[in-house]
Amino acid sequence: MIQMNGRDHDWYEGMTIQSLITDLNYTYPILLIRVNGTFIEKENYGNTRVQKGDDVKIIHPIAGG
Amino acid sequence: MSVVIAKERVDEMKSSRRVLKTLEYTPTKVQKGYTDKTLYINLTDNQVEFKDIPAVVKEKFIGGKGYGLWHLWKGVNADTKWNDPENEIVISPGPIAGITQYPGAGKSLVVSISPITGTVIDSNVGGHFGPLMKFSGFDALEIQGKAEKDVVVFIDGNKGTISIEEAPVETVDSHILAEELTEMYADDEEDKRHISVVSSGQAAEHSYIGLLNFSFYDKRKKAQRLKQAGRGGIGTVFRDKKIKALIVKYKGVKGDSNAPVDVEKIKQVGMKLHKEVHDFDDEQCQMRQVGTANLFETMSDYDLLPVNNFQYGSHKDAAKTGGRAALKKVLQQDEPDGCWFGCSMSCAKSATAYELQTGPYKGQKVVVDGPEYETIAGVGSNCGIFDIDYVLECNFYCDTYGVDTISFGTLTAFAMECFERGVIDKEVTQGLELTFGNKEAAMELLHQMARGDGFGVIAGKGVREMRKLFVREYGADENLLLDIGMESKGLEYSQYVSKESLAQQGGYALTNKGPQHDEAWLIFMDMVNNQIPSFDDKAEALHYFPMFRTWFGLQGLCKLPWNDVEPISNRSVEGPEAAKVPEHVQNYVDLYNAVTGNNIDKQEMILQSERVYNFQKVFNIRLGVVGIEGDRAPYRSMGPVTKEEFLSREDRYDKQMKENIGIDPEGKSLEEKMKITRDFRESQFAQLRDTVYKRRGWTVEGIPKVEHLQNIGMDLPEVLEVVQPYFK
Ligand code: SF4
Repeated sequence: MIQMNGRDHDWYEGMTIQSLITDLNYTYPILLIRVNGTFIEKENYGNTRVQKGDDVKIIHPIAGG
Repeated sequence: MSVVIAKERVDEMKSSRRVLKTLEYTPTKVQKGYTDKTLYINLTDNQVEFKDIPAVVKEKFIGGKGYGLWHLWKGVNADTKWNDPENEIVISPGPIAGITQYPGAGKSLVVSISPITGTVIDSNVGGHFGPLMKFSGFDALEIQGKAEKDVVVFIDGNKGTISIEEAPVETVDSHILAEELTEMYADDEEDKRHISVVSSGQAAEHSYIGLLNFSFYDKRKKAQRLKQAGRGGIGTVFRDKKIKALIVKYKGVKGDSNAPVDVEKIKQVGMKLHKEVHDFDDEQCQMRQVGTANLFETMSDYDLLPVNNFQYGSHKDAAKTGGRAALKKVLQQDEPDGCWFGCSMSCAKSATAYELQTGPYKGQKVVVDGPEYETIAGVGSNCGIFDIDYVLECNFYCDTYGVDTISFGTLTAFAMECFERGVIDKEVTQGLELTFGNKEAAMELLHQMARGDGFGVIAGKGVREMRKLFVREYGADENLLLDIGMESKGLEYSQYVSKESLAQQGGYALTNKGPQHDEAWLIFMDMVNNQIPSFDDKAEALHYFPMFRTWFGLQGLCKLPWNDVEPISNRSVEGPEAAKVPEHVQNYVDLYNAVTGNNIDKQEMILQSERVYNFQKVFNIRLGVVGIEGDRAPYRSMGPVTKEEFLSREDRYDKQMKENIGIDPEGKSLEEKMKITRDFRESQFAQLRDTVYKRRGWTVEGIPKVEHLQNIGMDLPEVLEVVQPYFK
């Protein structure tokens, strides 16, 4: 398990930020991502491993109407 | 392509005019964003008056929507209906409106009693009318009474004249009328950009969903562009008063026309935002390329796009029809498009040379303003129609006929579902095959509204009136229609599926004017980001955001530049605070202080709004919208009404039943699961409502407490008089 935006989420071996985004179908062009409080730049999504128990925050700064 | 008005036509209009009143005046110069004057016009007896705005009103109501509400309150009584002569239409731009150095600073606020809700409505609109009216000497235009025959009101801010004239031959539909009047009042081509026209259209005469078009002259396209005060039927009130158009002419807009105290500060704050838009918009929202329509594809991806009357949240054809790439093909890309000077966000997109396929203007090539997200979703996906040409056609006709695309979309979707479920048939619809996806039938419905015939007249009264009729005349199941009829307070829902966001359910229903998302749009913050998990968190958001967003309406500002571009500084803001975009909030505080010379901070900013927000709440109570029934939400805004809806997301609902409700769905029948889900969701909504009322300083019945009104400084005697009976 990991904490994904404060909710339990299944974890698997080899999970990266990029694979997590894909799994969740998060298609919005801007995401603000922190793993255990550390900000992750977009170019590092593919090489940032998510470890079991990590606290991941994927924030959509989407404003809407 | 613009409509060309021949000289003979102008001559014909001029010769048929009958002057009812003319008056000369000396325009008051704007100082620190204000003229402190209201232009009052009564169309029953052609009375024209110049009223001073008292200092206490300026302090408590600020401007824009605040001025609109205050004037309306004074003009009507507890029994006033939308079509009574004493109902008013008040237009006011607000103190910041008219600056040209910061994006989004040219809005007007329009306030009236709505035909569709029976209570106060306000609508925020672009176009040049409000700022030009202010520079002509007026912070507000207050129109009361009813003319006998069609009239226009013309304000010439340079010459200092006001005239009311009978205008029998001018076209009613906006895309022609705006051009006719521009041609008539402009001295030459260059002069056209000094003119702004407010108008409505034919369908506003036969429906409750009439809108107002506010124009601005686009000198590149050589056409009057139209921006809409869409919600709540103010166009219907306008035509009921027999107003064909309001015209303002003012030449001389400059960077300091608003006479701010500190223009350098405004420039400095403006430059910062222009740079953010320049640097980030392409990778963020792409407002400059596709406008608000950028949301369409995203909403479908996140199961938030209304499909088939809000039953479902996504559709496989969404990207193809309203995706960013598809939109870029139809929207003009090579020119910046701002609805007021200096708006670098430039989201006012248009499709040019669109050839109309139906209706009285079939074959003409026209400019279509938009489509906005709400329109593509409303008249498109929510009606099961995935065809961008239909959206453009429908968008054009809604605008020129003067009806709100959001209400038109939601009410058509409701009628379609009623048709598909056998609640109504072709006898009732007078031959229209109103099935989801039938774009020909939907277009014909709109043309009927304009002509005032067929089922269009019934549908044009909105979801609430249709529901009552179907129950009364055709034996429809009232409970079903209450569940699937997407209205609250009589106003049709705007185009977001709120089933999975409790906070947004409140953002729609726990509002003053009805379910328009401009008070609070919390879906991502709540559902996806999970930044406001508890009831208290949600209630805090449903306090802060409606108050903060109200402030745009007081000042004459556009909401979009606030959070449709994200500054770098927001990366270091964690939690729900990030959704406030603190750097931009400070921009607004600085702008207000730099215009007015006052010295407010972020807290005082919210207090300014809180006073007006509570005043509007009390206004609703005065007009009879009282108690929790006034904030009723249809169950479809909270959860799945039908078996098909439940089954389409069964895994989600089963999971939630187990994890959130604590009941194992295994072995339960579909009916049992639907009931458990419904009971839970309705109880959650009730708990949210109680928490929000408490946070806002209201009783459990939603009445602002006297003590709260005193604390925020909205304890005017006439306000207390309305609430005090509830505390005896
Ligand atoms: S952001 Fe768009 S709607 Fe707002 S002021 Fe600018 S052009 Fe007009």
